[in-house]
This record gives sequence, structure tokens and C-alpha cells, in this order.
Amino acid sequence: MNLRSIPFSAWIGIAGIAIAIFCALFAPMIAPFGERDVVGDVWLPPGGDFLLGTDNLGRDLLSRLIYGARTTIFVALAATVLSFSLGMLLSFTAAVVGGFTDQLFSRFNDLMMAIPTLIFALVVLAVLPQHLWILILVMAVLDSTRVFRIGRAVALDVAVMEFVEAARLRGEGSLWIIFREILPNTLSPLLAEFGLRFAFSILFLSTLSFLGLGIQPPAADWGGMVKDNKDGIIFGISAALVPGAAIATLAICVNLVVDWLMKRTSSLKGGRGDA
Amino acid sequence: MMESGPLTGPVPTDGSADGTHPRPAELSGVPAKPNPGTANPSNGDIDGTFWRRFTFRRPLVALILQRLGLSVGLLFAVSLMISGGIEALPGDFATTYLGQSATPQAVENIRKDLGLDKPWSERYLSWLGGAVQGDFGTSWASKNSVGEQISKRLGNSLFLAFFAALVSVPLAVGLGMLAVQFRNRLPDKIINVVSLAAISLPEFFVGYLLIMFFAVQYGVATFPATVYDSMTLTERLSAIALPVATLVLVVLAHMMRMTRAAILNVMSSAYVETAELKGLSMFRIIARHAAPNAVAPVINVIALNLAYLVVGVVVVEVVFVYPGMGQYMVDAVTVRDMPVVQACGLIFAAFYIFLNMAADILAIIANPRLRHPR
Repeated sequence: MNLRSIPFSAWIGIAGIAIAIFCALFAPMIAPFGERDVVGDVWLPPGGDFLLGTDNLGRDLLSRLIYGARTTIFVALAATVLSFSLGMLLSFTAAVVGGFTDQLFSRFNDLMMAIPTLIFALVVLAVLPQHLWILILVMAVLDSTRVFRIGRAVALDVAVMEFVEAARLRGEGSLWIIFREILPNTLSPLLAEFGLRFAFSILFLSTLSFLGLGIQPPAADWGGMVKDNKDGIIFGISAALVPGAAIATLAICVNLVVDWLMKRTSSLKGGRGDA
Repeated sequence: MMESGPLTGPVPTDGSADGTHPRPAELSGVPAKPNPGTANPSNGDIDGTFWRRFTFRRPLVALILQRLGLSVGLLFAVSLMISGGIEALPGDFATTYLGQSATPQAVENIRKDLGLDKPWSERYLSWLGGAVQGDFGTSWASKNSVGEQISKRLGNSLFLAFFAALVSVPLAVGLGMLAVQFRNRLPDKIINVVSLAAISLPEFFVGYLLIMFFAVQYGVATFPATVYDSMTLTERLSAIALPVATLVLVVLAHMMRMTRAAILNVMSSAYVETAELKGLSMFRIIARHAAPNAVAPVINVIALNLAYLVVGVVVVEVVFVYPGMGQYMVDAVTVRDMPVVQACGLIFAAFYIFLNMAADILAIIANPRLRHPR
């Protein structure tokens, strides 16, 4: 693979993600104002000192957007990594061990997937106290059901290959087979899935925050910022649309990269190239 | 045929109990596949239990009954999980309800008031018994009957989802076919990029964008989308125009991409390639060869997306302040009004499960190959 083979759309995606991560990493340095500082009047229009205007409490919108990148990306990434670790570990265990374990995990997974994710999250978050790590954990567990389903399908394909059988006959344990035989051979389809789950995580987190159940104020977070500023819409104030656009842009960028990764994996499999 | 010859023998029946009642579908593990060994071709008589004979004579009806039973069982398991999960998770409602500074006596009183002092199994059974009859108890926050509220709001939500489906389904299928016909050419690429973008947009962003343009800037639509009983149908329709547009935009891209993928899947099969090599026109190939085989996956796509639509109404209702189930549930979650959360969760899950089941059954009806698994 060389850099030339990456299509233009994927470059846009990569650039967008890079900018967002840069903002997240260096937020205190590039943000013109503090995250929680009230610096001006309520809902000032864009321009002048405040590049994007101010929000419903008079905080600088651009600064909050930059700090919000930090929270949003961190939580979404943490949830995705956790859901992947959990989903892949369980799905590979199910595929390798088989039998009763497989049945137990799969049926329980079916049960979890029978409830729509958002509804499940609403029910669970209604009970649990509001902490950041609980939010990440709930998102991760709910998302891991999707990872489990794909991971199991992919792993079952690999688990019947000769080299896995050879490893079994050598007397390797299940853990060796999972991490040394199956994982390296399933990475490329799972990488595309990771991107897809990450995009979904961003949207899901934003939705929860928008409903007031995600990240709690005064911490800046893109979904929560939409919620804060939504009352301005009726007066024609576009402050709520700015963080919304940021969420959409980041999700589009991730999807562009995923699209390219998926095309790459499907062309590796030797399809007719039009899928 | 070899391994399941007549040697397996008839299943012994004692006639009275086993033979007359069909086994509940969710309990009958695998016998959906008619076993050729149990049929005796000479006189057309089939041995075995009633259920087994039934699966042999009416394999389709038996499969559908099985799916139905499975869904009911699933719904039951979901109700158990919602209720049990709420119980198992930490967090005491009485203290949350009264605040941190509540005296132990007050906490004790309110626990008794809400019936939290009874054992969990007893509460679950009485809740389930009520839920089956449409009685979901009373709300903790407003002391109103939950079932009454839901019966009002469910209609509103379904009204919204119905019109969104009415617009989005034909549009999605049409655009999907268009994308296939012009695949890898300009219209397909435009549709592809636009739908990729549309998938990435959060529902609330689409909603507010539409409000900003159509309600605030041009003033052609109404916001908030309040509906009440005395409204006429046209008034209602104009009130829900923006929410429906939002839902359509959100669900359209998914549905269209899945339709396109389903049709393309058929298009890459050998007989379509043969038709191509025969020199048939693209339109003829799609209409005569691909479409009949693509009907099943497309129906499946539609049913799955309708299930998604039922959940998508939650956010859209909050954005547009529409008096439906989603709004009710979100409000209840913020004040931790558990009877309402439980009831709404169960109803949403029920719609989701039964739409998925409908997708399953329609796929079986449309594709005979699915009737004989493996």
C-alpha cells in the first residue's frame, strides 16, 4: 500500500480527524478563552472578539467547541476501545470454545440486541448514578453486542482453518489460539468495524448528552452544547447548530475513512468490485 | 437421507396428553425441519407427535408459529431483564426521590408507599400481570395512570412514524434502484456521498437545521409541533411536517444504502452475469432477472428500518416537543420515574421485536430456500 492509492475522500476524512484530535490534545493552548469562563453577553453573534459568538450563558462558543472535542472524542474513543476489547474477547472465546459457552454467549447477546440500544441506555441510565465512567461503561457494554456478532462470525471462519487445528494439536491453550492465531488474522475486517463503531459512538454520546443523560454540565461536550443552546433556535440564533455541525463533520470524516477501509478489505477478498 | 432413515422410528405417543396439544413453539427446539424418515410413503401416514405432523404438512405455518412463539418468549425475557436489571443495579430510588438529606423514617415511608418493601419476584409478577392487561401502574412523579398516558401518546408516536414510513419507503427503494442502475457513475456517486453524509448526521442536528430554515427563516412550517385532540387531520399533518421530514432524512440514507447493497448482491450472482453476457440491456436485467430475487432482501431492509424508525422517534419528539412516547420516556428518565421508564422501555422493545419478527417471516415467505435451513 502506498500513499497514492488512498482516495481523495479518505484524505479529507483523515485530515478532519487529525484536526479534531489536535484540538482535543492541545485545547488549553489553542482555545482563546477558558472552558467555563463567562466572557460576554448572552448569544452574541459571530465576529469580533468571539469568532463563533457566545452561548446561552455568555461563554465563548469556539473555546467550548475546542474543549468539547476533548470530552467527546475521549469518551467516544474510550467506549469504543472498551466495547471492542469486551466484544472481541467474548466472541473469540465463544468461537474457539464452542458448545455450551458459545450457545450461552450467543443467546444472551441476542437477548441484549432485542432491545433497541437507545431505549436500553435510557432504562439503565435512569437507574444508575451519573458518573463519567458509568456512562462509558454503559455505552461500551451496549455497543459490544454488535462487536460480538461480527467478531464471532469472523472468528468462526478462521477457527476452522488448518493452522488453528495445528495449534490445537500442538496442545496450545484457548488463550494462545485466541491471541496468537485468530486475532492477527481477523484484524483487517475488524479495523473497518472499529471505525464504524467509533462514528456510532460519537453520535450515540451526542444523542445521550442532548437528551441530558450523557456528560453533565458545566463540562463542555458537543451534544450537551446543542442542548444548552437549543432555545435560541426560535429567535434565529444559530449557536446550537455550530456544535451540531462539529458532530456531523467528525462523524462524516470517520465514515469516509471507514468507507475506504471497507472497499480495501472487500477488494482483497476478490469481489467483482462493484459492491 | 442416509442418516435419518426409517430406523429412527416413530416417537412413542400415549395419545391422550402428548398427541392432542401442539407443543408451545418456543419450547420446540429444532423439529421445524420435516424429517423425511418419519414419513411413510406407502399410505401417506406420518408418525410422531401432533406438532411434528403439523410441521410436515404445513411447514410454512409451523415456521411462522415458531417465530411468533420465539418473539413472545423473547419479549418475556426482555421484560424480565428490564425489571431484574433495574433491581440488580445499584441506586436506591427512595433516596434519589427525596434527596440526600432525607431522614431514614421518610425513606422507609416512601419505600412502603411505592411498594418497594415487597420482594422483587412479587412486584415483578404483579407488574407483568398488569402489563398484559394494559395496566402499567401509576407514575411516581405525577401519580397518574401510566397506561392512560401511554394510550394517548402511543397513537401520536405511531402517527408520526407511519407518515415517515409512507414517505421514506418508496423514496428509498426508488433511489436504491437508481443507484444500482447507474452504479459507479455520476448519479450513484452523488447518491453515495450524500447518503454517507446523511448517515453521519445526528437526528437533532437535522431537526434543528430544518427548524432554522423552514420555521424561523421562511416561516412556512410550525414549531413546536404540538398536536392536541381537537385538531383536524390537515392541521395535524402540517404540524408534523418537519418531524416527518427529519425522520425521513435520517432513515432514508440507511434504507437506501441497504437496498442498494441488497440489489447489488443479487446483481453479482452468476445468472445476472450470464444475462449480461447474452447482451441484454441493463434495465431488462434489473427488471426481469434481478428484481424478483431482490424482493426478499429489500422487504427485510424495509422492516428493519421501520424498527429503527420506532426508536428514532425518541430524539425527534424531544427536538420538536411532540407529545409522544419518546418525550414521555425521556422526561421520566430525568426524574427517575421508574414505572414510566419500565413501561415505555417494554413497549418500545415490543415494537422492535415484532417488526424484526415481521422482517424474518416476510423473508421466509419471499424466499423458499430459507424454509429448509441447511
